[in-house]
Parts: sequence; C-alpha cells; structure tokens
Amino acid sequence: MLYREAGDFKTSYGADSQTFPIRFDRMRYYAVLALAFGVVPFLINDYWANAVFVPFLIYAIAAIGLNILTGYCGQVSLGTGGFMAVGAYACYKLMTAFPEVSILIHVLLAGGVTAVVGVLFGLPSLRIKGFYLAVATLAAQFFLVWLFNKVPWFYNYSASGQITAPERTIFGIAVTGATTPAWAKYLFCLVLLFVLAWVARNLTRGAIGRKWMAIRDMDIAAEIIGVNPLTTKLSAFAVSSFFIGVAGALFFSVYLGAVEVGEAFGIQKSFLVLFMIIIGGLGSIFGSFAGAAFLVLLPVFLKNVLVGQLGWPTDLAAHIELMIVGGLIILFLIAEPHGLNQLWRVAKEKLRLWPFPH
Amino acid sequence: MKKTFAALAALAIAASTVPASADLMIPNLSYRTGPYAAGGIPYADGFNDYFTLLNERDGGIGGEKVVITECETAYNTEKGVECYEATKGNGALVYNPLSTGITYQLIPKVAADGIPLYTPGYGRTSAANGKVFEWVFNYPANYWDAASVAVKYLLEQNGGSLDGKKIALVYHNSAYGKEPIRTLTELSKKHGFTLVEVPVDHPGQEQKSQWLQIRRDKPDYVVMWGWGVMNAVAIQEAANINYPMENFIGVWWSGSENDVMPAGEGANGYKSLAMHGTGMAYPVYDDLRKFVIDAGKASGAGDQVGSVLYSRGMYAALVISEAIRKAQEIHGTAAITAAQLRDGFEALEITEARMAELGLPNFGQPFAASCEDHGGPGAAMIQQWDAASKTWSLKTGFIAPDDEVLVPLVMEDSGAFAAENNIAERCN
Repeated sequence: MLYREAGDFKTSYGADSQTFPIRFDRMRYYAVLALAFGVVPFLINDYWANAVFVPFLIYAIAAIGLNILTGYCGQVSLGTGGFMAVGAYACYKLMTAFPEVSILIHVLLAGGVTAVVGVLFGLPSLRIKGFYLAVATLAAQFFLVWLFNKVPWFYNYSASGQITAPERTIFGIAVTGATTPAWAKYLFCLVLLFVLAWVARNLTRGAIGRKWMAIRDMDIAAEIIGVNPLTTKLSAFAVSSFFIGVAGALFFSVYLGAVEVGEAFGIQKSFLVLFMIIIGGLGSIFGSFAGAAFLVLLPVFLKNVLVGQLGWPTDLAAHIELMIVGGLIILFLIAEPHGLNQLWRVAKEKLRLWPFPH
Repeated sequence: MKKTFAALAALAIAASTVPASADLMIPNLSYRTGPYAAGGIPYADGFNDYFTLLNERDGGIGGEKVVITECETAYNTEKGVECYEATKGNGALVYNPLSTGITYQLIPKVAADGIPLYTPGYGRTSAANGKVFEWVFNYPANYWDAASVAVKYLLEQNGGSLDGKKIALVYHNSAYGKEPIRTLTELSKKHGFTLVEVPVDHPGQEQKSQWLQIRRDKPDYVVMWGWGVMNAVAIQEAANINYPMENFIGVWWSGSENDVMPAGEGANGYKSLAMHGTGMAYPVYDDLRKFVIDAGKASGAGDQVGSVLYSRGMYAALVISEAIRKAQEIHGTAAITAAQLRDGFEALEITEARMAELGLPNFGQPFAASCEDHGGPGAAMIQQWDAASKTWSLKTGFIAPDDEVLVPLVMEDSGAFAAENNIAERCN
C-alpha cells in the first residue's frame, strides 16, 4: 500500500534507473534530507552534536568506506583503524604546514593520502584472499599505529605525542577547535557525508561497482569475463581508503580535537567499524548508516536510561551496557544474518502488499 | 526501525538532562570499568567520600550542598568527551578526569566554556604556567616534577653522581607515559646517565619482551610511568626476572596497593613516588568513619578506604573544596559559578596549619597559587612497599624538584601552545 508501484510510470531511462524508483521511498529520502539540513542545525546543542550526531556521521562515512571494500568487493579488512589514523595524521600535518589553505581541502587531501596508503596495503590482495588477507590488513593496522607513535615528525615533536587540531574556519566560521559552534561541526560532517554517500551509491551502481561485485562473487569467473582483478581490487582499496581517511580526518579535527593514535585508532576501532557493516548489512549503503547508528546511539541510549533514568551505579551500568550491546548483536545476527538492511528490505516488501497480503 | 530508535534515544537523552540547581555541582569523570579500573575505583571513592563527609558533617561548603554527578569514562577519550558535554550544561564547577588523554581533550574546551580543570599530579605539565593556561591548575606537583624528584633521589643514593649509570624508563605508550621523556632526556645530559626508553602499549598486559630487554640491558635503575593493569604486570615481571626491587621506582600513579599485591612477596622493596601521605592514621578518618562509612554512605564497595589512591582522590576533593571556600570568600556568595571558582583556584593557599585543621596533618605539602603559578612547588616523597606487613612506608621527606631544568622546559612547551593557539600571555 505505502510502497506501491502501481501508477508510478517511468517515461525515460533516467527515471527508470534512479536510486529510489518508488515514489514514496523518494519522498521519504527528501524528507530525511530536509530534516537533516533544514531542521536539525537549528535545534542542535553541544551535547547532541558531540555525543550523538557528529560521531554518527563520521562513523557512517567510515562504514560506507569499509562496506565498499568488504561488502561490495569482498576483501576483508581489519585495517580500518590504521587507515583512519593515516587520515588523521595527514590532516594534522597539512593543517599545521599550510594553515592558510581551507580545512575542507585538507580533509579531502587527507583522504587522498589514505587512498595511496590503502592501495599500497591492498597489493597483497592480488595474491591472498579471505582470512589471509584479513591478517595482512591486520599487519597494516599495527604497523601504522606503531609508525605514528614512533616517528616524532608525525606529531610535530610534541612532548606527549598527542596531535591537537588548531582552529580552522570556513567562511569565517570555526569548524575545528574548541570554539566551534555545534551546528557548524554538524553541518560540515553532514555535507561531507551527503556528498560521499551520494558518490558511493552511484559508484556501486555503475560499471566499477559491478566489477567489484563480480570479483566478490567469484573472482575467477570475473577474470574470465574480462574484469581486471588488479585495477578492480586496487580501485576498491583506493576508494574505500579515501572514505576511511576522510572519516579519520574528521574524527580527529572536528570531533575529538586531540587524539593519541594508540587509543583513538587502535584495533578496537577496526572491529567497531567492521561490526557496523556486519550488523548494518554487507553491500548496502543504507546498511552502513543503520549499523553506524546502531553502534553509536545504542551505548549512549543505554547509558542515559540506566544511569540517568534508573539511577544505577555507573560501573554496573557500564558492564550491563556491554552485555546488552553484545547480546543484541548476537540476537540480530541470529534473527537476520544479512543485517539491518535486510530487515528494512523485508519490511518494505511487506509494506508493498499491506494491508492485502494476497 | 532507525527512526523509532532515534525517537526513543531522543526521549531518553532529553529526559536525562537535569535542570541546573543552586547546589554546587561537581562532575566526577571516573572509571570503574576496563583495564584502568584498579586505579579509577579507589580514586573515585575517595573523591566522592570526602564531599559526602562535607555534606553530612558541615552541611556542604559555606552552606551549599555539593552534588557529585558521576560519569563513567572507562579511561576512553570519546566517552570522556560525551561525559563532559553531558555534564557541563548542568552548572558543572570543575573537572577532574584522572586521565591525561581526556585532559588534553578538555584543555581547549574548558577555556572556551569557562570551566576550571584541576589535574593534580597528571595532565599537561606545562599547564603549570598560568600565564598561558588560564583555566587549568595542576598543583601541587606534576609529571616533570616527578621525573626530577626520582632522579634527585637516585643522585642522593649514589653520592651525588649518576655518571655512567643506565636508567630504563618503562612507560605507558601514550600521552601520559611520554610526558617525562623530555625531562629525563634533559636530566640525562645534565647528570651524565644513559636513558633507555621501553614503551609498553595499551593496556599493558603483555610485557614479556620489554622485561627481556631489561634483563639483557641490565640498567642500574628502572623508572616506571604505568597505570592500571600495566603496573601490576610490570612489577610481577620484574619479580620474575629477579630485578632488584629497591632499584625499581614507579611514579605516584604506579604506587598503590592494587599494583603490588598481585606480585605477593616478589614486590617487597618496590619503591614509588608519593605526593602525599597514606594510611588511616589521620584524624579525618574519625569523621569519615562516623559520618560516611558507618552511616552506609560510602561510595562504591567501601573497601578502598585508606589506600594510596583513595587518599589521592580525597586530597583532590579537599583542594577543590578549599578552592570553593576561597571563591565564596572572594566573591561574597555561597552559590558560586565556574568562573568565580577559577578565581578561587588562583588565589588558593593551603598551609600546613590548614591541613592540620582539616584533619590531615603532615599529609601534603603546603602550596600557594598565583596568576603565574598554577603548578605548585612540585615536591614528592619516596615510599617503599613492605610485602610482609602489606604497607607503604615513607623513606624520605619531601624532595624538591630541579627547577633549573624544569622551568625552561615548561616555558618552552607552554610558549609553543600559546603560539599555536594565539593565546596572549596574562598576568603582565
């Protein structure tokens, strides 16, 4: 009923192949955009920005990035934390070396640097697959973190090894540094997420995305029908790392403002982003959003309910929170191994027929 | 799915924001979970219990009740930021996150929001320069003081010369553990000893290779900058390789009962720095027992009372309460704001007489802050663990740090921070 196709006529190829072919779906998408761009920035405060929206937006970018590599191209990666660190440190070095250049350019360049590093670490994927590749990317994770800890040039020889984002502005409004207004942080991340998600969606629908998926489904067959594994796998690594690098740059400069590589970009970050795409759904842009939302919002939500509402001791709440999140992850994966995206898809199928199931 | 979830979350988060009240609101960014809980729990308990004592015995400070809002950070900077944002809107007066990583996050934020940050014995050392760091206070002592005191003690042990000696620094590979390196490097130049850096990665449960290196290198002394589970593991490993414990000195964060107990007999003779006394032989514990512990109002499980880190949490709470009193006196109002409290911190003077009055005679060093000096005298003592009686005993009195080396370093580092962030020097 709600998702009906009846009466929704397409008269051009363009209209037929659009991202949201069903009218209701398209309207919902525009409504979400209008809400995100037109309403939230006026209501947001520091708490909402720093505890909920900004981390969600940044993790969504990282999750889309990893989803391109793992979900679409089938190359398992445990190096996400390390690649985010590359983005963060590249952004820091650029910010401090060229203070007059816009932060937006720095963030995108940081993504570019990460893409190069990603391609480098993606080279083994031409020879090894599956778990073995996961181990190779794990090596990238540990090597990169070690490197940023070991070489003082990366943190400008600061006494503590921390990197701190100086204040940078866009159109005269601070987007990094302590005086940044909440809405500016939010909008900066939102604009980047919107553009990157749009790019990712269209890349995966086009020729390059189809090549990635061909490699994922069966690499030998793909090679036989003329897909070059070298360029395909490396392009997946490059695009994925670009996204993750941008996420890392934002994570450092906009969200936290100061990071320490071992703590902020350790192995647990790699797992967190991997869990996001597994829970959200491999090979789906919506799944990346849903997974990021699930793992960012749920702990904050539980903490506020358990400590804020029920008044439990903070340590008990923290332990219970871990158990609930872990339990829910298992429950979700048993109930729906294909993630939240599949639940969403099933819900849409049901709504298409509702209220007349036959 | 997502939307219902978001709506639910919105409800819960919106409902949990408490309206600002007239009480003195002090957030306690504590950690009672994770690999650093062994240090976080006693500190948080001591911090809470002292304010409970003030509320129960004196009816608060200057007639205003103190309200502690505890927020779990798990020593994690992301959670620390969330806690900061969640509590700052409710009239938070001062932050004391007990984490150098979170401190680095908060230094620019507190300056923008106008809330003092009190980091006794940890945090950014160069915040001692009040000309640059208006909102941060780290008296009575900081990391560089600690490094200098440790070296001074070793000098004393060696008849005034460390020439040709080898000192290994086992440190937590983070902002916290890296802090003393700069000072120790300078001191090694001055006194002619060799410094060997041995990093241990978070969380520090695996240190076999580090101690193998120490066994091979045979340094004359090992100095440790550890925290949480790393301390206990390091002391156990040192015992395993039969390293002479009396040559092993931890910073004050590596010198609590929870660090030495797991190694049992092996930890006997281990030394650590101490910035205050410890144990329950102080008059304040009579009141604590009467008003807090026996009344069933103790924080946490109540099993940490009198331990080293409990004493430190209590000491931090004491300094904050004295700063509040000072601010009330300066501004003539009991319900002070965060900005007024900053003035209190800056004008604070704690004398030995005052400490005795508060029930803690010969507990900490007297100090006086000023506009320029947010760092205090920085003296520390050396304590040694006796495994048989399970007590720490003080080996020395307060040893003053080597300001000749430290002051230029503090000026250099704070100057760099001021230049990076375009901060004009105050107090001129």
